[in-house]
Amino acid sequence: MFAFLLRRLALAGAVLWVVSLLVFVGCEILPGDVAEVALGQYATPESVQALRVQLGLNRPAPERYLGWLAGILHDDWGRSLTTKTPISELLSERVRNTATLAGATTLIAVPLALGLGLLMALWSGGLFDRIASIIVLALSATPEFLIGTVAVLFFAVKLHWLPAVANVDPTFGFTQLARALLLPVATLTLVVTAQIARMTRATVTNLLDLPFIEMATLKGVPRWRVVFVHALVNVAGPLANVVALNVAYLVSGVVVVETIFAYPGMARLMVDAVEARDLPVVQACALLFCGAYVLLILAADLVAFFFNPRIRSSVG
Amino acid sequence: MTALEPGTLVEHGERRRWSLMIGAVVVGFFVLVALLGPFVMPHDPTAFVSDNAFSPAGPAAWLGADYLGRDLLSRLVDGTRITIAMALAATLLAHLLGGTLGLLAAIRNGIVDACLSRLADVLLSLPKIIVGLVAVAALGSSVTVLIAVAGMVYASGVFRVARALGSDIVVMDFVRAARARGERLPWMVFGEVLPNVLLPLATDFALRLSFAILFMSSLSFLGLGVQPPKADWGGLVRENLSGLSGGALAPIFPALAIAAVTISLNLIVDALGERRYQDTRA
Repeated sequence: MFAFLLRRLALAGAVLWVVSLLVFVGCEILPGDVAEVALGQYATPESVQALRVQLGLNRPAPERYLGWLAGILHDDWGRSLTTKTPISELLSERVRNTATLAGATTLIAVPLALGLGLLMALWSGGLFDRIASIIVLALSATPEFLIGTVAVLFFAVKLHWLPAVANVDPTFGFTQLARALLLPVATLTLVVTAQIARMTRATVTNLLDLPFIEMATLKGVPRWRVVFVHALVNVAGPLANVVALNVAYLVSGVVVVETIFAYPGMARLMVDAVEARDLPVVQACALLFCGAYVLLILAADLVAFFFNPRIRSSVG
Repeated sequence: MTALEPGTLVEHGERRRWSLMIGAVVVGFFVLVALLGPFVMPHDPTAFVSDNAFSPAGPAAWLGADYLGRDLLSRLVDGTRITIAMALAATLLAHLLGGTLGLLAAIRNGIVDACLSRLADVLLSLPKIIVGLVAVAALGSSVTVLIAVAGMVYASGVFRVARALGSDIVVMDFVRAARARGERLPWMVFGEVLPNVLLPLATDFALRLSFAILFMSSLSFLGLGVQPPKADWGGLVRENLSGLSGGALAPIFPALAIAAVTISLNLIVDALGERRYQDTRA
């Protein structure tokens, strides 16, 4: 059992390391280098050389990579090429904003989706299940920017109920923040709920075909008890896995949603940095996003592991 | 359990047929539009048909004008060509790369399999849109970069599916017989194993195509994909987004087109019943 845990943690660590390498190399392979990109068309050979020395680009790549890693461990991410401010300053508020958005979505979407998925499994084949299945299939294949733009059109432009942009500010009070967050959170919630509910239904209905469920049914156990007690205990692990996978999906979801609503989060920062080719900021954001993703996937595996005695004993 | 109730099996089959038909009709429609493109476009997609941005639908422009006064319908048709061509190219690349390597890993297992599988594990544990953003930051945005990145990003998923499908086949007698005959590797991959995994791989292709459309549209929506004056569907949503505050429907139509195609592809995949439910589009 501990061997499995250690192996899984080692794998996550290795993935994080490879990610840092990929992010670093990814930004190295560009034609020219950061100094040329930063100076653009105003570059003269002298100014490029001066900036190279200033940024330490004249040192060999492996040395710079190690220096970059060591800096990150001390929360020193380097400086932005465009604003010249330390990246850790840029990040702090953005990270908090994105965490708020993703956290609020998780809190709403997960219970909603699990409930919906279980009800669909409970009444599988019935009218509720059939209608919900179609809606859920459609929503899980719909791009966020359709849901987001339609939401803005109705609730902000036509009805004037909510603001169209979520340009939040640390001075916002709770109600103001909640109003601003409502549309972005609702957009993300719809997509994530659809995906989790869909997978929950699939997981539970697969289980309902097993003999012990048939036994319980033949014994006269009511259907709701079969689903919510007999089945649920056995799918807790896979369901936790499904939830964590989809919470990890939020990493991608926020990128588009923050752009639609002009929300000042990490994703917005990263997209702006990509546009300006501000590579140190791109590196920092990419590393944080990938790190969050890897940790969530790790959490998914660990939860599945703790809920499943078969995995626990077979690989231990 | 539900399968034991009378009538459900038949009904299920009926629903599958409907899903398959609706999905195929919608996808077929867009493919036709993409193929016929220049012949069905009412105007040149870059020509101005109205002096007003976002002028409403009328006989001159059936879906109204875009943010510069160009015909939205013609731009949508042109966008259909770009979107579908790019997504097809990326998915083909993903399948050529991931499919071939996946079957190779299944046949050769051992060190080749171990290395390729770990590589796929790492690639699968990265959020795809972030990989796309880093690639665009480093290489700049062009159609070639977009197709190459989307192809690489989805190859890891195809690899896993192809490897799993292949491992079920390589233990069968006819493969062992071929191995005993001393067949060469290319024949083993394309002659023995591939024909037996073709249908599930084709289904995977449809699913992967819908992911590729969402991925590339998202990048274009962020302004990092196809560059103006050309625009795919995601780009059309982006460039017309400013009309939303005035109530213009211009950004909604291209977004609807994306949703129509991706939902239809998912209907087809579901009807063929080959979805691996762990597959997310992230």
